[in-house]
Amino acid sequence: MTAPPVPLPLGTRAAILLRLLAIQGSWNYETLVGNGMGFCVEPALRRLPGGVDGEAYRAALARQSQYFNAHPYLAAVAVGALARAELEGIDPTKIERFRTALCGPLGSVGDRLVWAAWLPLCALLALLVFALGASPLGTALTFLVSYNAGHLALRIWGINVGWREGLHVAHALGTPVLRQGPVWLARAGTLVAGVALPLVVQRLVGTGRAIQVEVLAAVLVGGFIVTRFHGRVDAWKWSFGVLVVFALYSVLR
Amino acid sequence: MTGGESAALSVLGAVLGLDVVSFPQAMLSRPLVAATLTGMLMGEPERGLLLGATLECFALETLPVGASRYPEWGSSSVVGGALVALPGASTAGALLLAVIVTLGWAWVGGWSMVQLRRLNAHWARARHDAVARGSRATVTGLQLSGVTADLVRGGAMTLAGLLLFVPAFRWGVAHWSLADIPTRGVLMALAGIVAAAATHKVFHAVAGTRWYMLAGLAIGALLLGGTR
Repeated sequence: MTAPPVPLPLGTRAAILLRLLAIQGSWNYETLVGNGMGFCVEPALRRLPGGVDGEAYRAALARQSQYFNAHPYLAAVAVGALARAELEGIDPTKIERFRTALCGPLGSVGDRLVWAAWLPLCALLALLVFALGASPLGTALTFLVSYNAGHLALRIWGINVGWREGLHVAHALGTPVLRQGPVWLARAGTLVAGVALPLVVQRLVGTGRAIQVEVLAAVLVGGFIVTRFHGRVDAWKWSFGVLVVFALYSVLR
Repeated sequence: MTGGESAALSVLGAVLGLDVVSFPQAMLSRPLVAATLTGMLMGEPERGLLLGATLECFALETLPVGASRYPEWGSSSVVGGALVALPGASTAGALLLAVIVTLGWAWVGGWSMVQLRRLNAHWARARHDAVARGSRATVTGLQLSGVTADLVRGGAMTLAGLLLFVPAFRWGVAHWSLADIPTRGVLMALAGIVAAAATHKVFHAVAGTRWYMLAGLAIGALLLGGTR
């Protein structure tokens, strides 16, 4: 770890954090999140010699707005690190190489940690709370508060660790939370799913209904069969087809 | 549904559609939240919650990963939530029809997001030289254009969904002939199967998760027994 050249003012950090929430605002199939990266680093670049009218600012903004790909939350790590590299006046060629090297890890680590672990865990937790009888507001807040606690913490951590470590930020990606986090979250997610599934079915079907047992049995048997076909077809798509046929039968008969 | 209600729902759909990718991606757009919020707005929070929880079982299988096409749950859940909040839509048939509309419209919404990404690419290509010169106004402008277009897209998807599906939904509810219990049974069995399959799909790569699932099911069964 090396000490940053200058502290990043709180106002600049806040501006970067706010902009990070819109990092995918211009997402497209050619530059992906590239323009968003430039948009997010920009508040820090204003501190370059000459300010927003200076040549250093324009060159850095052009560099940071090129093609980039990363998980939107973990892009904060790249934003912090690249902001520091630009303000330290690192050789542009080195910055571009570093920028390219960050794309892969920040994408795959973020996908595994957030989309494939944290998001489903929080959704399952909220479904469990719903199944236990929570109110509409309580259920929605359970999901929003739990999910966004992790979401915002990850973005803030990303800016701070990126700024603190600069070009050495790769070490930070080896932290146990990022390496082992998806495993712990997956285990917690399956445990919560197991608890929630029968209770959710019970609440959705309605207590006291005779078909609860039949529906639960169908879920267990059907779920087991569908997992055997894992990867061949999305379950929600064929379920949609079944529902359409069922509805047509009921409406048209 | 009044014009004022349609306008309010379109604004809600615009904001929740925007949340899916562009801003702030806080998952306000997940069906469990979006349908519930819509139900609350329309004075039927419990129906909104019931629809949201059912849809969330389906949504567990669709994760918003990168460049892939995935359902746009934000504006579609507002359309679904508005449908189940309509007068006389408290039956299982109404819930099932709202689920069908939301699933289908979410897939169309995913297509609209792909078109928006192409539009963003067109704008970025047209302003490539200005970006390469480090123009602050261009970089900021591209970002704001994309966010604004996405906001408009979400609002338009919601309004179009309401115009298309409110009459069709009313007709479907009026002509629904099957009893409530089998209807609810089929819907919830499918939702449960998709949720179980999604859990396997998302977590199966981690060693030992099947034992966690079995332990969870045992706890769930015990809790279920205690409530009966």
